[in-house]
Amino acid sequence: MRALDPRLLRRTKSVRPLLTVDCALGVGTAVAVLVGATMLARIAARAFDGAPIRTLWPDFAVLVVAFVVRGAFVWGMEVAGRRAAWSVLSELRLALATQRVRTHPLAVDGVAGAEITTVSVQGVEALEGYFARYLPQVVLASIVPFLVIAWVAFLDVEAAVIMLVTLPLVPVFMWLIGSYTADRTRARWHALRALSGHFLDVVRGLPTLRAFGRAHDEATVVARVSDRYRQATMETLRLSFLSGSVLELAATLGVALVAVTAGVRLVDGTLGLEAGLAVIVLAPELYLPFRRLGAEYHASADGLAVAGRLFTLLDAPAASSPSGPRLAPSPARAAVRFDRVSFAYPGRPIPVLDEFELELSPGESVALVGESGAGKSTVASLLLGLLSPTSGAVMVGDTDLGDCRLEEWRRLLAWVPQHPTLFRGTVADNIGLGNPDADEEAVVMAARLAGADDFIRALPDGYATVLGDGERSLSPGERRRIGLARAFLRDAPLVILDEPTADLDPASVSIVAAAVRRLKTGRTILVIAHRPELVRDADRVVRLIDGAAVSEERRQVA
Amino acid sequence: MSGTLLALVRLIGVPRRRLGATATLGALTVLFGVGLMATSGYLISRAAEHPPILSLMVTIVAVQFFGLGRPVVRYLERLASHDMALRVLGSLRARFYARIEPLAPAELASYRQGDLLSRMVADVDALQNLYLRGLLPPLVAVLAGAVSIGAAVAFLPAAGLVLAAGLLAGGVAVPALAGVLGGRAGTRQASARGLLSAELVESLRGAPELVAYGAEQAALDRVRAADSALVKLARRDALAAGVGDGLGLAVTGVTVAGVLAVGVTASASGGLNRVLVATLALLAMAAFEAVTPLAAAARELSATLASGRRVLELVDVEATVRDPSDPVAAPVWPFAVTLDGVTARYPSEPHPAIDGVSLRLDAGERVALVGPSGAGKTTVVNLLLRFVDPERGRVTIAGRDLRDYRQDDVRRAISVAGQDSHLFSASIGDNVRLARPDASDDEVEDVLRRAQILEWVRGLPNGLDTLVGEEGRELSGGQRQRVVLARALLAGAPVLVLDEPTAHLDPETASELVDDVFSAAGDRTVLLITHRDEGLDLVDRVVTI
Repeated sequence: MRALDPRLLRRTKSVRPLLTVDCALGVGTAVAVLVGATMLARIAARAFDGAPIRTLWPDFAVLVVAFVVRGAFVWGMEVAGRRAAWSVLSELRLALATQRVRTHPLAVDGVAGAEITTVSVQGVEALEGYFARYLPQVVLASIVPFLVIAWVAFLDVEAAVIMLVTLPLVPVFMWLIGSYTADRTRARWHALRALSGHFLDVVRGLPTLRAFGRAHDEATVVARVSDRYRQATMETLRLSFLSGSVLELAATLGVALVAVTAGVRLVDGTLGLEAGLAVIVLAPELYLPFRRLGAEYHASADGLAVAGRLFTLLDAPAASSPSGPRLAPSPARAAVRFDRVSFAYPGRPIPVLDEFELELSPGESVALVGESGAGKSTVASLLLGLLSPTSGAVMVGDTDLGDCRLEEWRRLLAWVPQHPTLFRGTVADNIGLGNPDADEEAVVMAARLAGADDFIRALPDGYATVLGDGERSLSPGERRRIGLARAFLRDAPLVILDEPTADLDPASVSIVAAAVRRLKTGRTILVIAHRPELVRDADRVVRLIDGAAVSEERRQVA
Repeated sequence: MSGTLLALVRLIGVPRRRLGATATLGALTVLFGVGLMATSGYLISRAAEHPPILSLMVTIVAVQFFGLGRPVVRYLERLASHDMALRVLGSLRARFYARIEPLAPAELASYRQGDLLSRMVADVDALQNLYLRGLLPPLVAVLAGAVSIGAAVAFLPAAGLVLAAGLLAGGVAVPALAGVLGGRAGTRQASARGLLSAELVESLRGAPELVAYGAEQAALDRVRAADSALVKLARRDALAAGVGDGLGLAVTGVTVAGVLAVGVTASASGGLNRVLVATLALLAMAAFEAVTPLAAAARELSATLASGRRVLELVDVEATVRDPSDPVAAPVWPFAVTLDGVTARYPSEPHPAIDGVSLRLDAGERVALVGPSGAGKTTVVNLLLRFVDPERGRVTIAGRDLRDYRQDDVRRAISVAGQDSHLFSASIGDNVRLARPDASDDEVEDVLRRAQILEWVRGLPNGLDTLVGEEGRELSGGQRQRVVLARALLAGAPVLVLDEPTAHLDPETASELVDDVFSAAGDRTVLLITHRDEGLDLVDRVVTI
């Protein structure tokens, strides 16, 4: 496993300064370690030779200061790491939000907003673990051992040689056993997740289990499945824990060897007590960062997983094309034409639209019908420029929409999706989504035309009622009328209505249908529906089958 | 906090022997490290007196024993602790399941929205850490700390006292301080985090509309503002949050210096062999390994307790539906099913879901129950299955109140297929057979045929063994409903309730499905619950709610 994802260095601003700080503090820590060990050894050795304690106080002071300074450096690394985690995540989060909203508005790759939010907000704990706990150990592991060995060599060459021989064993064995068990460990983690999935499935299905009188039996299944998993996991762990033990063995054996050889040479008189004690205090410090590194392995894996996930999301190819330079003519004057448009969602071989043809003349109202999943909503998204065709082109007059400034083009459209989103804010803010500067009168007028005025006035604070997350919620019919009011306020020449009456109770259906009829005057309308109510009012019905418009029937204009 | 802890320990159960063994192994791991450092210090100091090398042999062997033994104990400790955690998880799931089983679906209703249920399951999973990462480290610290202090006292009581004070400071005061500071930061950040999450979710979920209405920049600006407010707060909190390890090192330094000081003093006055001065200092330094994991354990424990509180909230809910103490015999077909002026309310809901509803289903009758969404149609299903009891009025089978029967007898008499029926992540065959585990393949195929899906199932490469995926996602909406119907048919109950079987289906699929349902139902009583028109021409009676 890599210690640092190179993308973190290349693509975020906060990691490089963090590494600099960590390296500086790492060197400082190593020096504090050396000073502390030296002082400890010196005090013990001088006391051994009978020095009175009052001559030792300065050494005591240095000893305590060395530990306090070392603590301060550790604290500094942790603070720097945590801060870097927050900055890095903030950078990635904002980049991701911007990228998803601008080039991936439809989440065609199936990555839901909730998932992105979870990774990019809750992910901070994992990144903190990585930057504040794992990365400092990486830095310490690459600084402290070498300074320690250098200092020990100065005190006692033989001990330094033992350290030099045993030290490389640690990373080598970690790597050897780690790579040997990595696959099995990963398989276990997958099994663990599958097991959690199984339990969640059972809990979700509890009403069904009870309805069939099977809920009691399932309890034993839950226990049995867990136990089987435990046995399999323990078999893997028996092996993979060996890697930690080898590391531990190298460390303790190193200390023991240093102690024994130093002891023998002390007896010979070839080594002094102070040097011997310093060496023995330093020996565990040599291996400490590596052992910590092993202990923080999960912190590192989790942190890198979060970063990796964010980069993968960031690197997803754009679903909508960038805006072109041209200005599209208004659909009030020019016809909008789907010219042999094909579209396939990424990762799915069968195109949703296959050489689809459709023409919307100015002022015309067209109903697009077809089974669920036939690609009706894809047509709307292509028209809005939220997706771009895999092949073919959406033409406005003689201009390819792909060459147009999409922001300008969308000013000419109003879109009422099947489930209009209510954003946090007042009812008036929500109606004014596309026209934040609209005055109150215009908002009320739009609501009245959408058949929404009555229910809005019945809300506790009328148009000032706050909607959205955790606030007041509206019924599906009321939401749809807010969506229609948005369209009325926008007063665009082309209106796209996605299933305006689906799943509504009969009272709401008639209110919405009346609003849609009002919307038709003087506008081009594309109504998408799989049910017939609104189709009756359309000038023309286009049926989508197998991704292509196969039949058209002209209606008498009522 | 301690109340939650006790309640959790009661819920999870105490694996006394395993916990004891694991804690002992953990303490031994620390003590072997202490032994290694102390004997090494002794060896060096003693060697400085130039004794005959043979007199050092025992010490040398001790050094090697601790050096070689520690990895072994550590290995055993890790195996034991993970085995314990997995066992705890297994029994925890089983116990949790047993406690919430009677609560579904009425008392679980508020959990079914969004992803609360999966968070609940994640919370249960998180509880496996209660012992491993929360309670084990303090146990190990107490055991290993006590032995280390005891050893120090044996050499020099004053040194033991200094070490005890240091370990208490490092093991109790520092983690407590870190916990308090971390907790404060968490509370401060919670609302800023919530706001950022809300802004993000909203901008991402509403992205198509934001883009279509040209409002994306305003939304992104709001995300940015929420983000910088949170980051500002968190960067300040980082100063306090990381204080634990650093303070721990400072405490270690002061303690080691203190032990050295009392050692040096005692050795000067002849109260301590000079060889033991370094031994004691190294012992004290190594003993801090017992308390270093405690700051992390405190963090872990408070996170686990937060999960635990949410789990307990649910587990402590009392089931409202219970079997009678003296149940009557199961109803004998043919019988009528009625609702007489029933008012029903879900726990924690202020308004009744249905109010004064009456309905009569005679044996073999086909009735449609229609009404807009939210009118309480699904509550009728829950009443018929006795998932909820009426607040007023009564539900009867064969003239007897449902509350007089055993719940299992009621559910054998009435089976439901509908929008809320769950398909388990298993094979088609297993999902159908859930209704009657001993059913033969022929019987399973027979109900699939009656649900008009057998041909399709046979055409699949794996036939009945085809996996349906999580919540049946590998199947289309119509196929899901047919499998669910086949399952309800296999149960063999004389009353069949169809709850919105055509929801999310297009009209053609919907009317085909309804036709097939009625022909499959045979002479059963059928209650079709719907807010749509399909099938209304096929019933004897339409009741509006």
